Amino acid sequence: MPADGTPDSMLLERLRLGDEQAFVLLVQRYRDSMLRIAACYVPGLAVAEEVVQDTWLAVLRGMARFEGRSSVRTWLFRILVNRARTTGERERRSIAIGDELGPAVDQARFDSTGHWSAPPAHWVDQLEDRLTAEKMVSRIRTAMLDLPARQREVVTLRDIEGLSSDEVCGVLEITEANQRVLLHRGRSRLRQVLETEFGRA
Amino acid sequence: MRLRIRRQDLVCQQVVELVTDYLEDRLSRADRGRLDAHLAGCPHCTEYLAQLRATIALAGRITPADLTPQMRTEMIALYRQWRQG
Repeated sequence: MPADGTPDSMLLERLRLGDEQAFVLLVQRYRDSMLRIAACYVPGLAVAEEVVQDTWLAVLRGMARFEGRSSVRTWLFRILVNRARTTGERERRSIAIGDELGPAVDQARFDSTGHWSAPPAHWVDQLEDRLTAEKMVSRIRTAMLDLPARQREVVTLRDIEGLSSDEVCGVLEITEANQRVLLHRGRSRLRQVLETEFGRA
Repeated sequence: MRLRIRRQDLVCQQVVELVTDYLEDRLSRADRGRLDAHLAGCPHCTEYLAQLRATIALAGRITPADLTPQMRTEMIALYRQWRQG
């Protein structure tokens, strides 16, 4: 539930009673999030919009059966993810979790005792510069697309949409341990991308 | 009196694999203590953790690019169609 405005559950209740305005409010509230999530699975904004529309149609058709066991948001995103997966099936590489995993940092950067031999260069301070920060946000946006699909899902939901780990597990129907492993790997890769980017500058 | 045998100190290569569990608050109290102790003496791992936090913060600033304005109209049409159907 957002801090401002009507709770999702109340909007859904109004929607069930046939309130078109409640539908518009829900659609607007989740538009950005849903598009970003859909974009994890399908190429291009136009296809993502189609997925979002399909999702709302499925929501309208299925809302009578929603029992409130999860939050409205978790329920919406689960429908969205299932739709987007089906649509993006051709693009989606289904890889077992283990295959996507490697060390967070290249082993070559540590000595035989496990201490840094090539420690990370300092760059966090440079993000205080607005233009640099904007450039790096844009770099992350691109790098997200290169993450393995399962890592991208988790990082998108956690770090871009700000869902809790419980919510992410509910949406993606994965265990908390798997969620954490995928998050770890995805975040580690994004950090590496930034380090490389700063090294280039 | 210490009953538990003190385990080895963490090395950097282990730290970079534990940072997510650390940020998620999923480490045991003992492991958290070992990690804190390592960070206190290791500027490189401290920088690494700061970089990971910065990465997360930057990801939170991504906004969807170029949303088309006709979507709202299309959604209202979708709703009305569904109601009639």
